[in-house]
Amino acid sequence: MPSPAQAAERAVGELDDRVGIAKGGRKVLDHIFPDHWSFMLGELAMYSFIVLVATGIFLTLYYVPSGSKLIYHGVYRPLDGQQMTDSYASTMHISFGVRAGLLVRQMHHWAADVFIGSIIVHMLRIFFTSAYRRPRDTNWVIGTSMLLLAIFNGYLGYSMPDDLMSGSGVRIGYSIMESIPFVGSYLVFFIFGGPYPRESVFIPRFFIVHVLIIPLLIIGLLGAHLMLVMRQKHTQWPGKHRTYRNVVGHPLWPNFAAKSAGLMLMVAGVLGLMGAFFQIDPIWQFGPYAASHASDAAQPDWYMLWLEGALRLMPNWEISGLGHTFVAVVFIPAVLMPALTFLGMYLLPAVERRLVPGQRPLQLLIPPRRRPVHTAVGVGAVTFYGLLTVAGTDDVLANFFHISLPDVVMTLQIAVVVLPFVAGTVAWLLCHDLERTTVPRVTRQPAVVVPSPRGGYELKVEEPTACLEDPEPIPVPASLVPSPVKDPPGSRANGQGDLDGEFAGAGDVDGDGRARHRSAERRDQAQER
Amino acid sequence: MSLAAPRTKRQAKSARGSYGRVGQVIDELDDRLGIAKGGRVFLDKIFPDHWSFLLGEIALYSFIVLIATGVFLTLYYVPSQTEVIYHGAYAPLRGLKVSEAYASTVNLSLFVRAGLLMRQMHHWAADVFLGAIVIHMARIFFTGAFRKPRELNWTIGLTLLTLSLANGFIGYSLPDDLISGTGLRIMFSIVLSIPFVGTYIAFWLFGGNYPGTVIIPRLFIIHVLILPAIIAALIGAHLFLLVRQKHTQFPGKGRTADNVVGSPMYPTFMAKTTGYMFMVTAVLTVLGGIAQINPIWQFGQYQPAKISYAVQPDWYMGWLDGALRIMPSWEFTAWGHTIPFVVLLPAVVFPGLIFTICYAWPAIERRFTGDNDIHHLLDRPRDRPKRTAAGAAMIALMLTLLGASATDVLANFFQVSLNEVLWTFRILVFIVPIVVGVFTWRICLEIQGGGADIGKRKRALIVTRSATGEYRTVETAPQPDDQHEELEPIEVPVKIDMTESDGDTAGEPGVRTVSR
Amino acid sequence: MSDEHQETTSEGPLPVASIDDPHMREAVGNPRRAENSIALFLVLGILGVGVFGAAYVQNWKPWTLGVSLGLGLFFLGFGLSAWGKYLMPQGPFSEARHALHSARAEREAISAALVERTGVVIRRRGMLGGLLATGFGIFGIVAIFPGLRSLGPLPGLTLTKTNWRRGSLLVDANGRAIHRDTLDPGGIVTVFPAGYEDNTQSQAVDQTVLIRVQFTDLVTEKGRATWAPEGYVAYSKLCTHAGCPVGLYERQLRLLVCPCHQSMFNIDDGAVPEFGPAPRPLPQLPLYIDALGFLRAQAPYDQPVGPGYWERTTT
Repeated sequence: MPSPAQAAERAVGELDDRVGIAKGGRKVLDHIFPDHWSFMLGELAMYSFIVLVATGIFLTLYYVPSGSKLIYHGVYRPLDGQQMTDSYASTMHISFGVRAGLLVRQMHHWAADVFIGSIIVHMLRIFFTSAYRRPRDTNWVIGTSMLLLAIFNGYLGYSMPDDLMSGSGVRIGYSIMESIPFVGSYLVFFIFGGPYPRESVFIPRFFIVHVLIIPLLIIGLLGAHLMLVMRQKHTQWPGKHRTYRNVVGHPLWPNFAAKSAGLMLMVAGVLGLMGAFFQIDPIWQFGPYAASHASDAAQPDWYMLWLEGALRLMPNWEISGLGHTFVAVVFIPAVLMPALTFLGMYLLPAVERRLVPGQRPLQLLIPPRRRPVHTAVGVGAVTFYGLLTVAGTDDVLANFFHISLPDVVMTLQIAVVVLPFVAGTVAWLLCHDLERTTVPRVTRQPAVVVPSPRGGYELKVEEPTACLEDPEPIPVPASLVPSPVKDPPGSRANGQGDLDGEFAGAGDVDGDGRARHRSAERRDQAQER
Repeated sequence: MSLAAPRTKRQAKSARGSYGRVGQVIDELDDRLGIAKGGRVFLDKIFPDHWSFLLGEIALYSFIVLIATGVFLTLYYVPSQTEVIYHGAYAPLRGLKVSEAYASTVNLSLFVRAGLLMRQMHHWAADVFLGAIVIHMARIFFTGAFRKPRELNWTIGLTLLTLSLANGFIGYSLPDDLISGTGLRIMFSIVLSIPFVGTYIAFWLFGGNYPGTVIIPRLFIIHVLILPAIIAALIGAHLFLLVRQKHTQFPGKGRTADNVVGSPMYPTFMAKTTGYMFMVTAVLTVLGGIAQINPIWQFGQYQPAKISYAVQPDWYMGWLDGALRIMPSWEFTAWGHTIPFVVLLPAVVFPGLIFTICYAWPAIERRFTGDNDIHHLLDRPRDRPKRTAAGAAMIALMLTLLGASATDVLANFFQVSLNEVLWTFRILVFIVPIVVGVFTWRICLEIQGGGADIGKRKRALIVTRSATGEYRTVETAPQPDDQHEELEPIEVPVKIDMTESDGDTAGEPGVRTVSR
Repeated sequence: MSDEHQETTSEGPLPVASIDDPHMREAVGNPRRAENSIALFLVLGILGVGVFGAAYVQNWKPWTLGVSLGLGLFFLGFGLSAWGKYLMPQGPFSEARHALHSARAEREAISAALVERTGVVIRRRGMLGGLLATGFGIFGIVAIFPGLRSLGPLPGLTLTKTNWRRGSLLVDANGRAIHRDTLDPGGIVTVFPAGYEDNTQSQAVDQTVLIRVQFTDLVTEKGRATWAPEGYVAYSKLCTHAGCPVGLYERQLRLLVCPCHQSMFNIDDGAVPEFGPAPRPLPQLPLYIDALGFLRAQAPYDQPVGPGYWERTTT
């Protein structure tokens, strides 16, 4: 009977004979992930996506993507005898007739909201720390594509139950596509199979795009994203022992695996609790979609509110002439604005590289305060889209604060133009302030006044004595020996620190306070130029 | 077509960035991904040339066609069993009650532009896909390519076959026409026959008693999403292992266990294989265009009480159908429970057994031969008579069962009673594999005895008489193609000196020269 | 086998650490207590998922499922994360960050493989390359056709039409005809042309809102003098902004409000947009009252209803 260790060694040996995984496998297990709470945001998105896939598969087993009409005789009494589509009826069945169906449906919906939310916060972290710079510009582009697909798929998923809310959403989507010059009406006829609504065509089509085509694209991109993270290794905050040439943190096995798997379970758990406690999209209250019905306070999911807000704030411009109509009032806010937004995001790394020349590939993150202009631009953009999101709920606001709706809209129209600049300026000032007042970390170490050799006195920074709190990082050991070994060969990272000065170019910061200041000065010069 | 490098070949050697835009793109990619080294190894990857190595590619390209046409079909198919009164454009069905699945399939077949072509291509591609997998696996089996280190890929391949069989059957069930509905009914009975859990599984799968209202939507999502995703992932793993372990090759000049001789990935293999993909697609397109398959509008909507004569499944389900047909009607009832052996044995136990044998084969063979070495050179089937005999017997068994799935057609055709045909097959199914196995084994031994010259073209003998009256027999001088000489294989050159002459093909990488 | 490994790794011996090395210590000072806490969390997690199983089998209320599963997973996850964070080798560990790019020679080699081998092939057989590129190009274009055109019909004039005809009887959603006495002043009802009230397809374009206003309040537009008999005005219910049904009626403000983007239309003044993003008035349906006192349409809408699109002609 072989011991577990022998059995494991034998299994690895057999596998290594066939696939040759031993060396590469150990490198993967030793892969270092730096620890910082902000690096968890991307994981949050990934684990929401896993919950989305798992709950989504459950839902597909019960949902019927069909627009044919039937008379409802299900368990939900208030709607008994009403005419509705198969898809609405099957969603009702999921909600009331299938065990755990409502829970899974609400988890799916919440997971979608959390998914997109965490993607956006993750991307903000990337932006403000400049982590999108070369060599990670590829991954920024992949991430942007995933955001785009996720938002689109969220919209499609929201349209699946064919309730009054989602039907209105589809109707607006139809009008938005219709507004595209030259091709709009052809596009909607191809996509919807004819004039609106054609549920029997678009529901099965949206379904297959929602459950198959876009999820596969997202999975493919996610795989590429993770592969690049592994290949390029994670960025890290500058700090003691953290240089341009290393990654300091904990290895994939077992520390990171445990923490990350735990996070996945926690995300699933929180989404389960949300699905249990927070009602979302109660389609039985809205009723089945009917083309001539409309509901007050119809709001899409939060991630669509910026588009909704843009549609609401846009002045009612429409240009007609020469037998054609340019529907600026819909096209500009709902097609052009998002297109430019995503174009901007795609081009961000290239544009930034052109504006701030002389960059080296980035490995150490730059604190936002160190790049005032950059941070100001980000804050301005966040303000702009935040205000648009607020504008998506203007009717609720007007109701709540008892202000007339036109006043709210007018205020927001002005705010959306002015406030981004204000917020940007404030952010810029704050950055400058912070940068000026921040005490370099190095001075926190005890300093003593000692007599100098020449008879004077000088300030001497004491060498840190106890390393227990911040020990020097070592490579992950391949094996442990039970007895203490004085100086195991190769167990110390050699030459760490000697590269700091060399690599502390513009944007590269390390634990050395002087180097940090020098690089900050250089960057300021670059900006002045 | 504007290739900067060849025109500026003089400067190309000295100056940096000599590879124009390609070089720039490579540099940028390499900065981010570090692909230059690995990428070149990949471009230089050698694929051995042998016609039998193309079988797997047929399967791969059929799968690609399946996905492309399948995506098209999903945009028109409605997976719903809701009954509607047909008001579509197909006159014979008007006013009849049909399921939405059926109505949408008729509609996409007859009234969507290119719809019928896509549907028939999809169906043909499935048939070809499974056929290619089976033949590919036969090649692997008979040449011993499943041996260490490739057992894992054999297992993956078998799983692919199993999943593809299941998905083929499910896809066949989706139109909800009379024939596919009958298939589903049989499937329900098969699941029911499993002892202990059959009833529960069947009810969970169908959402209640047959036919229920949820099976079509469920099968749909399994057919278009779950199984294809698993299949695609397994194909990925299959190809990854193939690249990682490198391809096997037949022994020959310069071919050892330590090398692979053939054409490099770029550009030779890439051109050949892309062309091959188009050819596979072309064949499937032609089949889809001219060879009618599964004309569901003729069968009509599925109704549980209706049945059609000569109901045959797709070919790859034939062996199971045949097994079901020739099984004697045994059923075991006791203690308030029933075990319907008549269904359980042929449709659950038998295929389970067959697949278990296939999965276990590498281990079985390893145990019998005690051979745990790593093999990269293929066996010739004749050199392994027992294995070859076993494989031939298995194929014979399958073909006999396939024949048994046509008992009614055969009885009708030969004007004999169905009972006689049935009994014939019950006997044949045991005899044929044994006979074929023994026969194959003998033939292998015979060929082995044929000597090393076997397979080579015989040269004419000339009998001459010398001046002294002595008779001598000599062979004719070698003719072209009697034997071909190969150059010693070389490694793919990193660079090609472009200043050399243009017309001479000798010495180019991957070009095999035949001396005449 | 292990000897082989030693040979194949060219980077020398692998690093070894002592188990007493401070890096190998657990991250908390009191591992005993941490272990107990983590064990507690894991037990809670086990309880949670166990309760979920029980709740499912017993078919308890949906929220119990969510709470048990959610708490169970959360506690399991929390315990696992805490284990990873506090009770595994504290490190820190470092990994060298090698430059990603390959050596210059390797870069040149791959470029050479791409350029020179392609050069060998294409320069020698330029015509074949051209023909192949042409073939693939044409295939790429024609492959789009079934992907796009099969999906749906061409719009043609479909978007300009509704089912309203000259003489169409106005009926409500239940098919009841609208009589001159049906509505009091200020009343409102959604109407359809008779025979189309059950058809979602036509509802989507035909839906029309009928309001009875005080005749004196009505601002009669040029050419529309006879369109609103006895104060009955009929407007298309489709918002000219994004096509939502203009479903909110502000009786006091005399406005029709679209619930989607809050466009407001003045019902007394030809449904001119007073506020919001709607660019055009709602099209008005000309009405008359027949001999029996029922409301009918004088004519179809004089313009396409609903939101704008490129082919929409000027009104």
